[in-house]
Amino acid sequence: MSTAPGTLLTPKQVADRRAPSPHISMFGRMLLRAAVLRRRRAASALLAMIVAAAVATAMMNLYVDVQAKLRTEFRNYGANVVIVAKDGQSLPTDTMARVESTLGAKTLAVPFSYAVARTKDGQSVVVVGTDFTRARQLNHWWKVSHWPDAPSDALVGMRAAAVVNPKANPNRQPFELTFQGKAIQLAPAGMLQTGAGEDSRIYLDQSEFQNWTGVAPSTIEVAANGTAAEVEVSIRQLAQLLPSAEIRPVRQIMEGEANVLNKTRATLYASATLVVLTSALCVLATLIGWVFDRRRDFAIMKALGASEHLVNGFFAAEAAALGVVGAILGFFIGIGVAIWIGRVNFHAPVVPRFSVFPYVLAGSVAVALISAILPIELLRRVQPAIILRGE
Amino acid sequence: MFPRIVYESFRRQPRRKLLAGIAITLGVAVATAMIAVATDIGDKINRELRSYGANLVVTPQEDTLDVEVGGVNLKPPSDGAFLSEADLPKIRGTFWHHNIVGFSPMLPVTVKLGSGSDAKDVTLVGTYFNKPLSFGKEDFTTGVKITHPWWKVEDKCGDGVPPRPGRVEDSPAACGWPDDNSQNILVGERLATKLGKKPGDRVEVAGRQLTISGILSTGAAEDDQIVAPLGLAQQILGRPGVVRRVYVSAMTKPQDALAIRDPKTMTPEVYDRWYCSPYVQSIAFQLEEVIPHSHAEQIRQVAQNEGTVLSRIKGLMLLITFAALFASALAVSAAMATAIYERRVEVGLMKALGAGSFAVSAIFFAEALLLAIVGGIAGFFAGALLARQIGRSIFNSEISIEPVLFPIIIAIAVFVTFAGSAAAIRRAVKFDPVFALRGEG
Repeated sequence: MSTAPGTLLTPKQVADRRAPSPHISMFGRMLLRAAVLRRRRAASALLAMIVAAAVATAMMNLYVDVQAKLRTEFRNYGANVVIVAKDGQSLPTDTMARVESTLGAKTLAVPFSYAVARTKDGQSVVVVGTDFTRARQLNHWWKVSHWPDAPSDALVGMRAAAVVNPKANPNRQPFELTFQGKAIQLAPAGMLQTGAGEDSRIYLDQSEFQNWTGVAPSTIEVAANGTAAEVEVSIRQLAQLLPSAEIRPVRQIMEGEANVLNKTRATLYASATLVVLTSALCVLATLIGWVFDRRRDFAIMKALGASEHLVNGFFAAEAAALGVVGAILGFFIGIGVAIWIGRVNFHAPVVPRFSVFPYVLAGSVAVALISAILPIELLRRVQPAIILRGE
Repeated sequence: MFPRIVYESFRRQPRRKLLAGIAITLGVAVATAMIAVATDIGDKINRELRSYGANLVVTPQEDTLDVEVGGVNLKPPSDGAFLSEADLPKIRGTFWHHNIVGFSPMLPVTVKLGSGSDAKDVTLVGTYFNKPLSFGKEDFTTGVKITHPWWKVEDKCGDGVPPRPGRVEDSPAACGWPDDNSQNILVGERLATKLGKKPGDRVEVAGRQLTISGILSTGAAEDDQIVAPLGLAQQILGRPGVVRRVYVSAMTKPQDALAIRDPKTMTPEVYDRWYCSPYVQSIAFQLEEVIPHSHAEQIRQVAQNEGTVLSRIKGLMLLITFAALFASALAVSAAMATAIYERRVEVGLMKALGAGSFAVSAIFFAEALLLAIVGGIAGFFAGALLARQIGRSIFNSEISIEPVLFPIIIAIAVFVTFAGSAAAIRRAVKFDPVFALRGEG
């Protein structure tokens, strides 16, 4: 757009040459220069902003995620729902498949079937058929010396061991049990110790057990994941699906979990609030100092004839820009911190929650604006001349 | 001269000092509260974990096998060995008795329910509900209300109206938990539905007419059983003063390498350390010591998991406490830096009058020290109050602050204030007095 010297410019050309509007570009230039020229102060304000945003992000992420993490931890207590056939019957054969298809692959369901057999010397002992792979996943607290791997191997409870093999038996001698006249030879693969009823029982593989006794599973223990409400839903679904069975929540496990989880959540909430408030305080202190420090810029702008509106807008825009940049950088650092805490404490990564971002952004900008407006309100009442004189 | 400068500085600039002081107070308060909560959280959560029930069970040494399927006991009634009820209060005499939250004896008896041809076998369990006992000079109560907090008793009499005197003859308040000395019983939820019985009704148990004082719901085998006061179960069994097993609920320390060692192979020092740590194993060992011919075992479902849950929550709180300490240190530093930066003109004047860098720094550090101590003390008490409030509203119990924390907190406050001020003081001192006095920079 070269014009020969001396020719008059049309108003349109003048407007074009000025575009983009000098008013806007001046504003932008002032913002940029303010950041560049006072690098150190701007950097320390930004640092405070980043730290606060990072801490807030980490806390919010943890608050949401830790509850899920703790729930997985609580599933180590074992089943929280039990499916029992009514009146001592067996469950229909397709029950396991139906339970698994309803609850999804992540839910663990373990079948148990019970029978009372007799040892050689006529003692009664409870024999249980189950799926060892699943039982092992469900009941982490079972102390087992060796899990059975052959079908005729049995897992013998601590106290049952004394009955089937009166002398302590390290060389795994087979023993005989009879159920309704049918005898079976079992090899004790390992010892089971739980401190509860399991110690008096003998555990067998389900198919082996069924071949011998003909008894099908009568109980399914389910470790249902999720919140109390989600578990309720699972229970209701199961009750609809299996009219012939009773679905019972294991109150001991569910109530203990709810109790501990609620207390932890409340403590976490209180602590996270305190930490976020403290970091907001840190931002407030830094930014007030930063803005207050620039009262000469403020005075010069006003002395040169800037409107109150423009000056306020300038400082507000500066603070908002600081808030946005701080929030974005802080957010990613905070996610990193949350992931690290998840690794260190729960040995599982925390899933980054981007839904937290709007809150962090809004909070950062709000705190930044408050810290800018407070000193400006104080300065507004002062004559520019007094500030420029350095008083 | 030096004290006067510091004194005048506080007197003439109260607003600035107040701002810095508030920042220090708030920072220290948050730090104190978080440290207090983090140090106490283990104990508090340990207590909450007791809502999972007993973690130890004491059985007779010569016990025979339990033959129980689906809550129905198939063992002959008089079979097996027993513990003596008279030994139970001694549980309070063990080394870790402060950690023992409660215990409940159990005596299952197979009884005939109903009369004549339609009588059927059910299990009646005798236990303590909330039994007052004493050991030495100490009086305490214990029972399933403490050890089995998930047991719920429907305490309305049949039609939903509160019990009227005279409705149930044995005792006026016959609804809800039975008295430990009464002849009233609780009937499990499912059993009650099967029988069509309500609280206040009577049933024939083992040839006696007993009053149902409540319907018990546990979500476990007891839903099909009858639960009665221990004395009544002993009468029915005809063996006064016996119990089959005792459930003990104790607060324990998470298991570590020392915990699982066999006490027989330990050297005396290691043994003492093991004995004096509240591991579930050492508490079991001590229970065996006080109850003759007994065998104490941890209930692994409860005992094994509480350690992990506890250490996870403790670790989490520790990390959050670090975050809180970090954030409050930053807040204090930021406030101090701002306060000092604002006073460059003063520094310029002092230096123009001939003060050296050392003298100027000394004044600022003295001011910072004063602020840190005053703010630290105020913050400590504010933090103690905050921690107490948190403890009360979340755990219904006090979070107490160790007095030993006080000097530590003050030292931290002074250190953080100094660290926060140092950079700003150095910059203020280095600043050319001419520029400072001209108001530039």
